[in-house]
Amino acid sequence: MSDLSVANNTVTRAFDVAAIRRDFPILAQEINGKPLVYLDNGASAQKPLAVLDAMDRYYREMHSNVHRGAHTLGDRATSAFEGAREIVRHFLNAPSTQEIIWTRGTTEAINLVANGLAPRLKAGDEILVSHMEHHANIVPWQMLAERTGAKVVPVQVTPEGELDLDSFNSLLTERTRILAITHVSNVLGTVNPIRSLIEQAKKLGVITLIDGAQAVPHFKPDVQALDCDFYVFSAHKLFGPTGIGVLYGRAQLLEDMPPYQGGGEMIERVSFERTTWNVLPYKFEAGTPAIAEAVGLAAAINYLDGLDRRAMEVAENALLTRANQLVETVPGMEIIGTAKQKVPVMSFKIAGLHPSDIGTLLDQQGIAIRTGHHCAMPLMDFYGVPGTARASFAFYNTLEEVEKLFTGLQKIQRLFT
Amino acid sequence: MTAHEQQFLDNPLGTKTTLEDVIDAFDFLDDWEDRYAYIIDLGKQLPAFPDDERVEDNYVHGCQSQVWLIHHHDQDSDKLLLLIDSDAMIVRGLAAIILVALNAKTPRELLAVDIDELFEQLDLFRHISPTRGNGLRAMVGKIRDIAAAEVA
Repeated sequence: MSDLSVANNTVTRAFDVAAIRRDFPILAQEINGKPLVYLDNGASAQKPLAVLDAMDRYYREMHSNVHRGAHTLGDRATSAFEGAREIVRHFLNAPSTQEIIWTRGTTEAINLVANGLAPRLKAGDEILVSHMEHHANIVPWQMLAERTGAKVVPVQVTPEGELDLDSFNSLLTERTRILAITHVSNVLGTVNPIRSLIEQAKKLGVITLIDGAQAVPHFKPDVQALDCDFYVFSAHKLFGPTGIGVLYGRAQLLEDMPPYQGGGEMIERVSFERTTWNVLPYKFEAGTPAIAEAVGLAAAINYLDGLDRRAMEVAENALLTRANQLVETVPGMEIIGTAKQKVPVMSFKIAGLHPSDIGTLLDQQGIAIRTGHHCAMPLMDFYGVPGTARASFAFYNTLEEVEKLFTGLQKIQRLFT
Repeated sequence: MTAHEQQFLDNPLGTKTTLEDVIDAFDFLDDWEDRYAYIIDLGKQLPAFPDDERVEDNYVHGCQSQVWLIHHHDQDSDKLLLLIDSDAMIVRGLAAIILVALNAKTPRELLAVDIDELFEQLDLFRHISPTRGNGLRAMVGKIRDIAAAEVA
């Protein structure tokens, strides 16, 4: 049996980008006759063979419904599924697997928490977010505010794209009940000083939720060191499958929260007189879960654990440094988001060009970036732009690809002049 | 008569600049840079769009860029005259190609044009396919709705 569970591969490989790229089969293709340069990792990252194989193997050898006992396949599936939960617990350094809830993604995780905290809120309470949040960390709170009479209050951002700490200090008050803030900005790449923000919030008894969607592809969070109440992320940005995400929540808060959805799995006992809830984490996992996806996410985390994370960070920083050096080679190009602490994400505009022009013409050259408002319209309004072009790098990108991006931008620039 | 008749009449797309011109040009241009330079140039032929027509009713949704569309049905000639505007250059150019194919036709003639086929022929179909969220599909849909309403 043990050979069928998800093995934790802890053998660390030296960082060799050429070898790493061979682990990602999708990268070895041509788009519009040019080698694919995939720089849209912030939207969704590509998947290593380890993930594809784990999911394939799960369906070939283990699939059945989970937690139903009675037969061997059911045991295998449950063991793989719960093994994946343990791998995620370890990844986040959470105290217990009962605090790891599977969701469809970051968005559902935030909605789940917003729904669950409703009974704690009353009119006049405040939910502190920031101006750089993704809509997924704004809209669920607005919906909660609508229901409870609470108010969503945004912390300002500086022109450089850092969180305005004076604004934070003045807006964090005795009215604040929840602080919901992103670890890393999806548009700007800014790494927020969440540890000190959480520490300040704690002093006032504020519940804290950290949106880790853009952080986990670049570094490992430690929820105990951060001391946050909730930490959420999506598998697909972490080189895992779509359709699954994670909510870490402090057990005591999760116990107090009402269930999010009703159905199978989340109940202890159902009768028409009285239905009672299952224990954590199952109370929040109604219906048959995304089993293969959980296995795929665990494989992604194991894959990353097998790499030299320190070397990866160095390589990612080198990509961003090279990109920053090349900005001056494209007349009229301007970076949006120049925070001191950044992951390798580069939002930019080019004078006279609409972001969609940039995206279309890079695609012609096989280069995939994101253009538009990045689900962060308040931030676009702050910078007074309809949208930006965004190149977001992953550890499998190369310096040569960064250079191709800039050669591509120079060509586009020439087309318009 | 519309307040902006002159702009409608000044539109060279589909009148002075014909579909044959565009198809010939595409046949001649073989690398992507030349083709897109030509598309951008075509976009420059869009006449100035009247500022007072930038209202919600004329806004084409489903586009990253801002796209506006107005029409005028000339009763004497039965021709449907169209004006489009966008703040993105490539969208302007692609809109110009749509106008070359659809502008200054009777509503019945317009409805008989297969835009998908034209975009296939020009190897631009990916820009108008339903999977590409650039609003061109919505633009063509809106024009066809206008024509259908005029026929009814």
